Amino acid sequence: MTRFLCLLLVVCSMPALAQERLDAPYAYRQLENPAQEEQAQALMESLRCLQCQGQSIADSDAPIAGSMRSLVRERIEAGEDPEAIRAWLVERYGDYVSYTPRLTALTWPLFAAPLLLAGLAFLLLRRRFRKEAKP
Amino acid sequence: MSGERKTSRWALWLPLGLFGAFAVLVLFGLLRPAPRDVASTLIGKPMPEFTLPAAMPGREGLDSRVFRQGEPRLVNIFASWCLPCGIEAPQLNSLAEAGVPIEGISVRDSTADLQAFLARHGDPFVRIGADDDGKVQLALGSSGVPETYVVDGKGIIRYQHIGEIRPEQVATIIEKLKEARE
Repeated sequence: MTRFLCLLLVVCSMPALAQERLDAPYAYRQLENPAQEEQAQALMESLRCLQCQGQSIADSDAPIAGSMRSLVRERIEAGEDPEAIRAWLVERYGDYVSYTPRLTALTWPLFAAPLLLAGLAFLLLRRRFRKEAKP
Repeated sequence: MSGERKTSRWALWLPLGLFGAFAVLVLFGLLRPAPRDVASTLIGKPMPEFTLPAAMPGREGLDSRVFRQGEPRLVNIFASWCLPCGIEAPQLNSLAEAGVPIEGISVRDSTADLQAFLARHGDPFVRIGADDDGKVQLALGSSGVPETYVVDGKGIIRYQHIGEIRPEQVATIIEKLKEARE
């Protein structure tokens, strides 16, 4: 009986809070121009949703991601370059908002480390092979 | 001769050592709780230009020009659907009573919900701009609600508070407002 009452409470409960209401034209609508939509899609897939941080704004259903999609599409429709839009967001949220790492004073080891390690491996192996070649 | 052997032994263990160091780095990164807050990088920079319509009939909308009128102000980004916004309301009310001008930006909200929210929690705002599509929130580098910015009299953003203002944090806000006045 208690269980039934609990279930009834869950089913009949009213949301106590107001709903988040997104009023942005291009949050869930594609651009008319397919080439522009393609550009927008590519950019949206490489921008991070700020609330659901493991998702891109193209994948996320969070309202703030909808706001960001609409911003991206409206600006691309107005003829803005995708990288300029990315730069505008990075200016506000830092590199964190972009999934495409830039080469900066902070990120250069990310690019240099593989080269360095490959070089080191080459040096070590070369010495080894040379030793084996000698009878 | 023995010198060369020593070098080769050292070289033999180097890759394993590097791998171990890498594994420790990865584990450290995985196990450390990641910070969820995304801070705005606009601190020290001017308030973006914007004009927002009034969120409620009979109230003034918010134009970014008011931030250059010589007096430091708070900008509170809030919404009726946001629970922590109700929690910080008493703190905002007491700041407003102390004479701090607070400008509100309501994000992705409706007039009716907003009216109910203000009737319940009080209304500390001088003006409330309606940011229905969330563009001004993005222009400010805000990643959630509530967030509160301290803007000095020249329109420069001086401080960002992420999340609700708890009672013990009011002193910090007042301190930052004082710094913005200098």
